[in-house]
Amino acid sequence: MVKEIERKLPVVHVCTIVPISQTVGANRIVPAIAIPHPFGDPTRTPEEEKVIRRHLVEKALKALQTEITEQTVFTN
Amino acid sequence: MAYRIVHYINQFYAGIGGEEKADITPEIREGIVGPGAAFKAAFGADAEIVATVVCGDSYFASNMDKASAEIVEMIKPYKPDAFIAGPAFNAGRYGTACGGMCEAISKQLGVPVVSGMYPENPGVELYKKSAYIIETPDSAAGMRKAVPAMAKLLLKLLRGEPLGTPAAEGYIERGIRKNKFYDKLAAERCVEMFVAKMKGEPFETEYKMPVFDRVDPQPAVKDMKNAVVALVTSGGICPKGNPDHIEASSASKYGEYDITGVMDLTEEKYCTAHGGYDATYADRDADVVLPVDVLRDMEKEGVFKKLHNKFYTTVGNGTAVASAKRFGAEIADKLVADGVTAVILTST
Repeated sequence: MVKEIERKLPVVHVCTIVPISQTVGANRIVPAIAIPHPFGDPTRTPEEEKVIRRHLVEKALKALQTEITEQTVFTN
Repeated sequence: MAYRIVHYINQFYAGIGGEEKADITPEIREGIVGPGAAFKAAFGADAEIVATVVCGDSYFASNMDKASAEIVEMIKPYKPDAFIAGPAFNAGRYGTACGGMCEAISKQLGVPVVSGMYPENPGVELYKKSAYIIETPDSAAGMRKAVPAMAKLLLKLLRGEPLGTPAAEGYIERGIRKNKFYDKLAAERCVEMFVAKMKGEPFETEYKMPVFDRVDPQPAVKDMKNAVVALVTSGGICPKGNPDHIEASSASKYGEYDITGVMDLTEEKYCTAHGGYDATYADRDADVVLPVDVLRDMEKEGVFKKLHNKFYTTVGNGTAVASAKRFGAEIADKLVADGVTAVILTST
């Protein structure tokens, strides 16, 4: 899916299993938190979770604004 | 004396549990567990499964280096002559774990390794160069076919017998080239192939060209303040009750749902249709898979112009590559037509 979207629009893949995303061929990859809750952490309070989620979405938007020439994993 | 084999399986095949137990840490048990019984029958007196490693699929996929190092240490005392993993059929995390363990054992213990997977399992693309992977059907219904083929190949490797072609042995091509003598000159064979091709007859190439299916990255979003951002997910988030009946695995469709005025994905209104991960968290708060709440906040703050009023969703769980490709292409066209300029795709 991510590749077909990339043919038309800039897309960032926020996912938990990065090697799979790399194999599939996503270009902008942002590692997520965990498989059942990529944008959350149930060990935290809902408020803390939202802060973590916001941080991850900001990372995703930053990746979209970064010029790349090859597959890139945005770890920081 | 029988060869000593260690077998790797996941929490499901060990009978421990499904997705709710996918986080269990690795453990090793003496002898056979689950599908080990079928291998025992296939090996007969030639080989014996001396121990079985059981590990949760999510634990392995989320901690690949750590899990693999832990498991190698657990296996060492059993001094295996060979290692067998799965079969994983079309289970993505399980296939990744089987392939990862085959690679680690082969590199660190230097013994033959064999797994079994459906060709579209992501573990194949990741590890086919590191291990012999027997091609299996896409579900556990193919167990009876997969096990004897895996056992046969492993025994051949253990005895140092020469292997035939991938097609003859039933394993997935690893890209290994072997020299071979022919009676006919290359030029002759080449012309014969060409003539067959012109006639529309079948022919078999002697050297397959690799398929590179890559897409060039799009230029970066330059003006985020004016961007229209859309959300797409393979995590199965959908309105409560899954009105379009998106399948829990092997999805044949995707959903398009209007989120005009939706500020937060609540437990009352949204859930996940995905059958390949523990749904507890997504059902309680779907924002943990599809972060609508945060994007609404950012939209209000003017970080970008607008969150697109529709999101697209499917279940990425054993879904055929051809289906995913079609979903992606259709979704992309719709997004472009609606004036979307940037996409966040989330996967579990």
